[in-house]
Amino acid sequence: MVHVTRGFTGRHPATDDRLPPGQYLTDDFPVLSAGPTPAIRRDEWTFSVTDGDQALRSWTWDEFMALPSEDITVDIHCVTRWSRLDTTWRGVAIDDLLADVDTAAEYVLARSYGGYTTNLPLEDLLDGKAWIAYEHDGEDLPAEHGGPARLLVPHLYLWKSAKWIKSLDLVEDDDPGFWESLGYHDYGDPWREQRYQGD
Amino acid sequence: MSEHRDGNALAGPLADIFTVEATTAEVQCRACGLSTTLAQLVVYGPEPGLVGRCPGCSEHVIRVATTPSGTWLDLGGATSFHFTSTATRASSR
Repeated sequence: MVHVTRGFTGRHPATDDRLPPGQYLTDDFPVLSAGPTPAIRRDEWTFSVTDGDQALRSWTWDEFMALPSEDITVDIHCVTRWSRLDTTWRGVAIDDLLADVDTAAEYVLARSYGGYTTNLPLEDLLDGKAWIAYEHDGEDLPAEHGGPARLLVPHLYLWKSAKWIKSLDLVEDDDPGFWESLGYHDYGDPWREQRYQGD
Repeated sequence: MSEHRDGNALAGPLADIFTVEATTAEVQCRACGLSTTLAQLVVYGPEPGLVGRCPGCSEHVIRVATTPSGTWLDLGGATSFHFTSTATRASSR
């Protein structure tokens, strides 16, 4: 297994400069749930990528663990106003999962075990900006935080980092996901405080 | 185990929308067909929003989110609501 540290966050500026508008710092990791925590056995877990009606790739847990992984240190920001700095994860870069994929799709609908969905522009998952994470703080990712594996897109509000990730569907149309269809912002940039539709 | 409450947690935001006591309304889950009262739903939230789930199949029946622009309500997980005459009369007194 290859572990790569990209130094994604670079040199950290002062803490105040790392806190988006309207956010407060916490050392806790609050759990927000829109439903029951799904119990997903690793020997039954699969993760797939589709493009329209076409299934492009699929991995079992063992196959996914054999992929090159990265150590990731990032700040995360929840739309409910808490932020945590320097959180540590291990996971597989979306760049690696979508390598050599030729698609006309410009958007992604992330689907989770349990039925949750969230929509993102495809370009926001590429160029070292997003991962499928399966460890947090050096431990297996706990189920309440999205384990066995979750999407991690730290430059957007955390509702975009879908827990219990099951698939990434590459799509041409930007159809709203679970919270985006209930008044939350379509994109969710914490630095522009895009919490709700119209922000 | 995720923390959740019963459907009475929906009473506050729904009182801002309905003129009747909504939590006593009977609702049928679109996914499995189970009929129950709103008060018997399994509710997660309140942030980012309240999600009322069917006690039978766990699919979401009702979703409510309050944002600065107002209240968002999704009833797409239900096939019907039955507001009983008792609840309607009580609210009109």
